[in-house]
Amino acid sequence: MFELSFIWAGIIAFAVLTYVILDGFDLGVGILFPFADDEREKATMMNSIAPIWDGNETWLVLGGGGLFAVFPLAYAVVMPALYMPIILMLLALIFRGVAFEYRWRTKRWKPVWDVAFFGGSVVAAFMQGIALGALVQGIEYKDRAYAGGWWDWLSGFSVLTGLAVVIGYALLGSTWIILKTEGGLQRKMQGYARWLAVATLGFIGLASLLTPFQDPIYFHRWFNLPGSILSVLMPSAVLVTAWAFFSGLKADKDAQPFFAALVLFVLCFIGIGISFYPNIVPPSLTIKEAAAPESSLLFALVGTVVLVPMILAYTAYAYWVFRGKIDPDEGYH
Amino acid sequence: MFDSLNAETLARMQFAFTVSFHIIFPAFSIGLASYLAVLNALWLRTRDATYLTLFTYWKKIFAVAFGMGVVSGIVMSYQFGTNWSVFSDKTGPVLGPLMAYEVLSAFFLEAGFLGIMLFGRERVGDKLHMFATAMVAFGTLMSATWILSVNSWMQTPTGYSINALGQFVPEDWWAIVFNPSFPYRLVHMVLAAYLTTALVVGGVGGLHLLRNRTDAPARRMFSMAMWMLIIVAPLQILAGDFHGLNTLEHQPAKVMAMEGHYDSHPHGAPLILFGIPNPTEKRIDYAIEIPQLSSLILKHKWGAPLNGLDTIPDADEPPVAIVFWSFRVMVGLGMAMLGFGVWAAWRRYRGRLYDTPMLHRAAIVMGPMGFVAVLAGWVTTEVGRQPFTVYGVLRTSDSLAPVAAPAVAASLLAFIVVYFFVFGAGTFYLLRMMNKPAATPHLGLKDGPIRTAGSTQITQKHPDAHPSE
Repeated sequence: MFELSFIWAGIIAFAVLTYVILDGFDLGVGILFPFADDEREKATMMNSIAPIWDGNETWLVLGGGGLFAVFPLAYAVVMPALYMPIILMLLALIFRGVAFEYRWRTKRWKPVWDVAFFGGSVVAAFMQGIALGALVQGIEYKDRAYAGGWWDWLSGFSVLTGLAVVIGYALLGSTWIILKTEGGLQRKMQGYARWLAVATLGFIGLASLLTPFQDPIYFHRWFNLPGSILSVLMPSAVLVTAWAFFSGLKADKDAQPFFAALVLFVLCFIGIGISFYPNIVPPSLTIKEAAAPESSLLFALVGTVVLVPMILAYTAYAYWVFRGKIDPDEGYH
Repeated sequence: MFDSLNAETLARMQFAFTVSFHIIFPAFSIGLASYLAVLNALWLRTRDATYLTLFTYWKKIFAVAFGMGVVSGIVMSYQFGTNWSVFSDKTGPVLGPLMAYEVLSAFFLEAGFLGIMLFGRERVGDKLHMFATAMVAFGTLMSATWILSVNSWMQTPTGYSINALGQFVPEDWWAIVFNPSFPYRLVHMVLAAYLTTALVVGGVGGLHLLRNRTDAPARRMFSMAMWMLIIVAPLQILAGDFHGLNTLEHQPAKVMAMEGHYDSHPHGAPLILFGIPNPTEKRIDYAIEIPQLSSLILKHKWGAPLNGLDTIPDADEPPVAIVFWSFRVMVGLGMAMLGFGVWAAWRRYRGRLYDTPMLHRAAIVMGPMGFVAVLAGWVTTEVGRQPFTVYGVLRTSDSLAPVAAPAVAASLLAFIVVYFFVFGAGTFYLLRMMNKPAATPHLGLKDGPIRTAGSTQITQKHPDAHPSE
C-alpha cells in the first residue's frame, strides 16, 4: 500500500511541472515581446497564446491550492518565507494578464500595456526563479511556522536561478513561436533560440554545480552511490536533449526545438526532485510531516483521479482546436 | 488611531481590499456567462441576428471582466498563505480540498473552454461552440458552489474534530460541504450575481435606448434584463429572509449587530430602520423604530423575545457600526431593485417599456447598484463573523502569519496602487465598450490591420449578423 502523502507529492510535483512548462512558454513569449519588429509581429505573438494562457496559469492556482489542501504545513511555512517574491510575482502576473485584453481596447495606452506585458512576464519569471533558488537553499521553520528573516530569499544563488528561469522561459517562448509561425518572425526566433539555448545550458550547468554546495545532504546524495550514478546519467540526458534541440533547429524543424526545450525543463525538474526527496521543503520538512490528515488526502484524491485526466483531455482538445500556424490576420479582437 | 495599525489590522485590510476587488468580477461574470449561454442558444434556435449581435457584444466585455477576475483570483489563492499561514495550517485539511475541487472542477473548465468560446466558433462549429459556452457558464457556477461552501464552513463549521496539533481534521465531508449556512448563502449569492448582471445589462440597454429607442439590440437586452429583474429581485428578497433566519439560528451575534440590538427585548424587539450606532454607550442614537417588527421578521411572531448583544461577551462581539450600516445599504438597494423591476414591468404592461426615458435613466443609475449591494452584503456577513475566522472556534488574532507590520503595510500599499491603476483602467475600458451601441462592428478601436480582420471575423462570415449596419 502506497503512502497517500507520496502519491500527493507526485501529483503536486506534476501540477508544478505542468505549470512551469505551459506558463513557461507563454511567459517566454512575453519576455520576447519587445523583440517584435512591428504591430503585426506583436499581434501574432500575442495571438499565439491568447486562447490558452489562462488555462496555463490555472496550474499555478492548482499548485497553490493543492499545497494548501494536502500539505498545509508546507504552504504555511513557504508562503511567509517567500513573501516578497510571491507578492511581486502575483502583481507581475496581474499586469501581464490584463494586457491580453487591454492592449486591444486603447490606442493611446497600447505602449503602456505592451510594457506591462513584457515587464510582468519578466518579473513573474524572475520571481519564480528566485523562489526556486530560495527553496533549494532551504527554509527554516520552528513550531509549525517560518522562522527565518525577511530577506533570506535573496542571495547570489537565488538571483542566479532567477536569471536562469527568465532565460529558460525565453527559450521555451522562442521555440513556441517557431512552432506557431512562419516567415520572418520564425527565422528571427530561430536565431534567438540558438543563443538562448546556449545560455540556458550554461545556467543549468552552473546551478547544477552550485546546488550540491547549498546543503551537505545534496552533496552526499549526488556524490555517493547510488546517487552518483545519476550524476552521470542526468548530464548525459541533458547533452542528448541539447543535441536533439540543436539538430532540430538546424534542420528547420517546427516542433523538435520546442519539445526538446520542454524535455530540458523536465530533466531539470527531475534533478531538483532528486535533491529534495524525501523533503517537501528543504532542509528538514518532510513530505510525511507536512501532509494533511488521511481523510483530507483521500477525499481530495478521489476527485483528482477523476478530474485531472478530464482536464488534460479537454486542455489537449483546446490546444488541438488552435493548432497550426497563426494567421496574423485572425484573432477575435 | 495609528497604534491600531498592527500586522493583524493591516493583514485584515489587505484581505478585505483584495477580496472586495476580486468579488466584483465574479459577481458579474457568473451572471454574464449564463446570459451569454442563453444568448447563444437563442441565436442558434431562432437564427435571429439580434441575439448574435448581443452575444458578440457581451462576449468581449466578458473577456475583459473575466481576465480581471482571473488575475485578482490568483492573488487570493496565495494570500491565505502569505498573511494567514496559521489559519492555513489549521484549516487546510478541511478547506484545502474544497478549494482544490474548485480549481479542478471549475477554474480549469472555465479556462479550458473560454478560449474556444471567445475565439473558436469558426474552428469548432456551432454545436461545440455552444457546448464550450455552456461549460464556461457551468464552470462559473461550480466555482461559486465550492467557494461558498468554504466561506460557509468558516461561518458555520461542522463535521470536524481538532487534533493534537490544533488542526481541524475532517470527520464527515458531507457535513463539511453541506454545512448549515451553505445552501442559503449559495442561493443568495448566485441570485445576487444574476441580479447584478441584469442591472448592468439593463443599464447599458437603457443608455442606448435614451440615444435611440429603435436600436434593436438595445431593446432586446433591456427587455431581457427587465424580465430577469422582476423575476429575480423578489426571489432574492425571499432568499435573503431565509438566509437571515439561518444566521439567527447559527450566528445570533451577527444578527444582533445587523439589527442594532444592543439590548435584549424580552417582550418583542423593534425594527430599527435608521439610527447612529454608539459603540461606547452601547446603544443606537436617534433610532427610528417600528415596534415589534424585528420579532415579527425574525421569529414570525408578535412579542417574541429577542436577545441583544448584552448577552454576548464583549470579546466575542462583531464591530456593530459597520455591520449595521452595510446591512441597511444592502437591504435598501434590494428594495430599490424590486421597486425598479415593478416599475419596468408596469411600463411593459402598458406597452411603454421602450418609450419611458425616465425608466431608462433610472436603469443607468441602477446599473452599478448590484455591485454595491454585493459588497455591502459581503461586508455584513464577513465583518459580522468577527472576531473569528472560523466562527466560535478560531479567532482572527490566532490566525495570523508571523509577518511584520512593515511587510504587510508595504504589500498592502502595492496592492492598492496596482489595483486602482490596473482595474481602474479595466473599468474604464469596460465602460467605454458599454458606451458603444451593440451593433458597433469594432468595439475597441476603429482601425488597424489586425483589428479590422479580427474583430469582425464572425460578422464577416455571417453577413446577416448586423442588420442595423
